[in-house]
Amino acid sequence: MAIVQTQELRKEFGHNTAVDGINLKTEEGEYLVLLGPSGCGKTTLLRLLAGLEQPTGGDVLIGGEVVTRLPPRARKIAMVFQSYALYPHKTVRKNITFPLAAAGVPKDEWHSKVDWASDVLGIGRLLDRKPRQLSGGERQRVALARALVREPQVFLFDEPLSNLDAKLRTTARDELKEFQKRMGVTTVYVTHDQVEAMGLGDRVAVLNNGQIQQLGTPEDVYVDPANTFVATFVGAPPMNLLHVRDEVIGFRPENLLPLETVGEREGQMVCEFEITRVENLGSDRYVYGSIPKLDPEARVIAKLPSTLDVPVSPGARERYAVDGSKLRWFHRDTGQRVEPPPSGLPQGADR
Amino acid sequence: MAGRDVKTVRGRVGLYVTAFGFAVFCGFPFLWAGFTMFRQDSDLYSTQHNPFEYSKPATLEHVTSLFTDTPYLRFILNSVVIGLVVVAITLVLALPAAYALARLSGRWGVPLAIGIFAVYLVPPTLLFLPLSRIVVLLGLQDSIWSLILVYPGFTIPLSVWLLVGFFRSVPRDVEEQAQVDGYSKVGALVRTVLPLIVPGIFTVVVFTFTLTMQDFIYALAFISSSSQMTVSVGVPTNLIRGDVLYWQSLMASAMIVAIPVALIYNLFLNRFIQGFTLGAVKG
Amino acid sequence: MSSPAGTLEATRETGQGPSGGGRWSYFFERDRVLGPLMLSPAILYLVLVVGYPLLLAFFYAFSDVTVGSNKFDFVGLKTFKAAISDPTFKTALAHSFEITVISQVLVVVLCTILAFVLAADFHGKWFLRFLVLLPWTTPVALGAIIWLWMVDSIFTPFDWFAAKLGVIPDGGHLVLLGHAGTAMGTVIAVQTWRMLPLATVIVLAGLSSIPRDVEEQAQVDGAGFWRRLFSIQLPLLAPVILVAILFGVVFTFTDMAVIFILTGGGPGTATQVLPSWAFYKGINGGNLSVGAADALFMFPVLLGLSAVVLKLAHRIGGE
Repeated sequence: MAIVQTQELRKEFGHNTAVDGINLKTEEGEYLVLLGPSGCGKTTLLRLLAGLEQPTGGDVLIGGEVVTRLPPRARKIAMVFQSYALYPHKTVRKNITFPLAAAGVPKDEWHSKVDWASDVLGIGRLLDRKPRQLSGGERQRVALARALVREPQVFLFDEPLSNLDAKLRTTARDELKEFQKRMGVTTVYVTHDQVEAMGLGDRVAVLNNGQIQQLGTPEDVYVDPANTFVATFVGAPPMNLLHVRDEVIGFRPENLLPLETVGEREGQMVCEFEITRVENLGSDRYVYGSIPKLDPEARVIAKLPSTLDVPVSPGARERYAVDGSKLRWFHRDTGQRVEPPPSGLPQGADR
Repeated sequence: MAGRDVKTVRGRVGLYVTAFGFAVFCGFPFLWAGFTMFRQDSDLYSTQHNPFEYSKPATLEHVTSLFTDTPYLRFILNSVVIGLVVVAITLVLALPAAYALARLSGRWGVPLAIGIFAVYLVPPTLLFLPLSRIVVLLGLQDSIWSLILVYPGFTIPLSVWLLVGFFRSVPRDVEEQAQVDGYSKVGALVRTVLPLIVPGIFTVVVFTFTLTMQDFIYALAFISSSSQMTVSVGVPTNLIRGDVLYWQSLMASAMIVAIPVALIYNLFLNRFIQGFTLGAVKG
Repeated sequence: MSSPAGTLEATRETGQGPSGGGRWSYFFERDRVLGPLMLSPAILYLVLVVGYPLLLAFFYAFSDVTVGSNKFDFVGLKTFKAAISDPTFKTALAHSFEITVISQVLVVVLCTILAFVLAADFHGKWFLRFLVLLPWTTPVALGAIIWLWMVDSIFTPFDWFAAKLGVIPDGGHLVLLGHAGTAMGTVIAVQTWRMLPLATVIVLAGLSSIPRDVEEQAQVDGAGFWRRLFSIQLPLLAPVILVAILFGVVFTFTDMAVIFILTGGGPGTATQVLPSWAFYKGINGGNLSVGAADALFMFPVLLGLSAVVLKLAHRIGGE
């Protein structure tokens, strides 16, 4: 296993800068997730790490070596594509031995390696089938076995769960994480699904416009977003952002609770929540509305757990509160995270 | 190609009538040729009776004399040899070129593709004059090798066009996976992409081969001995001696070539359309 | 990490090079190198076999070269003047245009109809496709021979049809190739007949690439057959039809085989066209320079036409 590193990595396609001077360094054996919306540059970054694209500037280092000018096959990496890219004209077994043939591994060693890889992933009985005969989950396992068999120093994943249907995705995610923990190989994983990112990553790099907006553990990124982009991209529903006076105040929907439930406390922000709509999703209730006295134009969502048995009805005006420690301030223009202003909490929002 | 259902009675009648009309327009000359092939001389060259009736029994004599009394078999052999060698040359040159255009080209990919396509439109009726001199200079006059040399000039552009389409139909990630798995770009191409476009390559082989049989002017300009002639030029020049035309044999000579080729084209037509369409997307 | 005995390390080549660089063998993999490398053999061949002769054709037209001699003097526009002043030249040029325009207009209309027919499902469709392909797959010369017999002055079956229709007396002869008008008509018919299949296939390809849901949307929106045809399908097919026209025009305008075999340019020069005229002058007449000059007149027409068609197609947004 090895550390993956980029130095001022840039990639331009004509006038479009897809990756804009990224500096990144993974830990050994870590599961790093690149998270962002489509077009943010995460896939381009991954492809630069793989060697499928050549950067316009900067360097890629794997295991301490500069690999920028090297083609994919010289980088000792393995990659799994969104479609799994199984060779349709070969059996599963031949799919798995393909990288061994490429590396010039002697044929008598193939059998033991295939056995080992297929054991790890439990696909022994599938070895003589062709890809079109496999289910989505089985294909993922074959792709992993193929990636594993060359004992790479880094795994690269390009949204491998996107093609699976929702139910399958959770179990597949679980298997992936298990797999990586067991193998301990440094992994870089691209996804646009923030739930996936939070569930899988040891650390998450949130990208937008070709730049890393924030790099941290899932908890860091969720609880302490570095800017409004991260605040709204991570977490569903997104963080509530209100423009108050000269600032932007943010708080997560699950932190906006009825005053009567949390009780009056020091440092709380109390406000009058005007409710327009309620969605009952089973495990939670989403309450949509606004806080007219603070920011009449902002759409505010409160997320109440189903265990909280408080009456909520559209048209009502209730007093809700957010704990002081859960409030976050952002700069009005740049969106960057700032310290709370000396003036303190906005007052009078509930009168 | 999705078949569309014509549901109304009026529509279906119109469809069949139109289809029949086209069938007649396209097929009648061949019907007449096939009809003529087996007629005895005395039957054919009499104007006394209905031309659509056989007044004497059908005969194979003219068809067989085509093979026994004329160099027809030689013509066919020459055409086949030329076709095969030209196909080989074309594939060797067009496959890498088409791959480069489909995957590796940047800004100059589109103008280059248009350029290659434009070559296809340069007419042989313009080039045959300087080419006939070049052929003499190379000492290839009156030899099938002159044709083998010149034909790729028009088979390569068409093949490149079709092959670009077929290469595009292979998803990139299978290729890239092979590169990550340890092969060079060329290695990945050979091991993963080529096996997947084998039907496309067959299509190109079929269309290139038949294209070589179409040429008339180069063969007419370069070749004078009947032992070196192709079907296309040998039949009009050899079988039409002065004013005596052996019509039944002539018709037979045309039908023997036309029918099998059309049958094979019909089998490969869907793939041809696929390659043509994909080659046209984004130039 | 658990792994089987013996790692891959020993057998794998290490890709290390000087820091920031790579090994020489990786040089050929870069797109900038590999692309031209794979393209150049084909391009080289085309330059030699098409490009170079094309240049020579230009030189011939500006020289006085003949088949017999090796001399090659530049004579400016003298050859062109000689070529143009020949009275047959003008008729040949006019006929080329006439035949091409009329036949290709017919082809465009017919091929569109035929493409729609072939896109539908019906019994015998495979057989119809086979018949439609025949005129195209038959080598031009052999197809012309088939027509030669079919319109023979004495034995053509059309005499029988015409007599039944009362156009000519019983036992009379149309002698289609003997009269200038009908000879022209026959040539136009042959060119239409042999270019129809290719045009149809091209338009069929275009039809199949119209997404199904666009058509279904039109149906749901209430458009009837004719409205769908003219507002949705034909506009979407326009670029493809333009390509079909381009091919058809080029192959008809530059064809000499049909004239050569069917009419020899006759009766008289009534069906002479530019390419066959260039052939007569160049090969039969031995005057390469005049032949080249004649043939070269095809070039501006082709270039201009291709440019126009491709620009149009591009603008309509297809190609």
